[in-house]
Amino acid sequence: MVVAILGPAVTALPLRTLRLVVGGLLLIFGLQWLRKAILRASGYKALHDEGQIFRDELAAAEASASERRGMVEDWYGFTLSFKGVVLEGLEVVFIALTFGSNQHNIPLAALAAVTAIVVVALAGVLVRAPLSRVPENTMKFVVGVMLTAFGTFWGAEGAGAHWPGSDAAIPALVAAIAILALSTSALLRRNLRLETVSPS
Amino acid sequence: MARVRGFLAFWYDFIIGDDWRVAVAVVVGLAVTYALSRTAAPAWWVLPVAIGVFLPVSLWRATRPRGGSRTNR
Repeated sequence: MVVAILGPAVTALPLRTLRLVVGGLLLIFGLQWLRKAILRASGYKALHDEGQIFRDELAAAEASASERRGMVEDWYGFTLSFKGVVLEGLEVVFIALTFGSNQHNIPLAALAAVTAIVVVALAGVLVRAPLSRVPENTMKFVVGVMLTAFGTFWGAEGAGAHWPGSDAAIPALVAAIAILALSTSALLRRNLRLETVSPS
Repeated sequence: MARVRGFLAFWYDFIIGDDWRVAVAVVVGLAVTYALSRTAAPAWWVLPVAIGVFLPVSLWRATRPRGGSRTNR
């Protein structure tokens, strides 16, 4: 329904404006994410214990009183699921619409999005155990690098810049941002070690 | 009113996050890119340079010992 409503509206927007807005937001969001991941990787910010957080949230959900509202049997469970689905779903909608309007083919982008959901769900079921062993911060570090690189690419294109090599600039951007993030993280780790050894 | 404030706070935290200067740097970087793109000079390098400068600066501010700005959340 959201795609049906937003689809025609988004395709009516000029492509450059869309790239500028989406790229700018991606870049801001990616940099904030990367900043946090670097602070965690260097030891300046505590790492999350994802297992403990999951257990705490699960316990809170199980302990909450089941309340019926209208046709909804369990209001707490409904709210929890609804928020998650809306947030993640809207991300998918915007990505699909951006790619679709870029290629002037929204139905193909929608089909690709549905296929991706099926493939990711299957992959999640099949490789759940090894995936859960990947440290959360490593995953956030990689996502931060990717968001920053794509945001830089789209944002600059939307603002009117032309990348040398066109789309081939994306892997170069990913590599450059990864090197910047890893070297900054190593430098901060070294600083923290020095501070710990000789506190001023 | 509280719900509106909560809604705005969510989006502020979602987009701006811990350091508003990063968001300002991105907006200024995009504006400079646009201004340069109207000339004959290449404009693609502005955002990568802005990231190369402002990300380390933001991290330096967050980790410097004085002022109690270091976070450990």
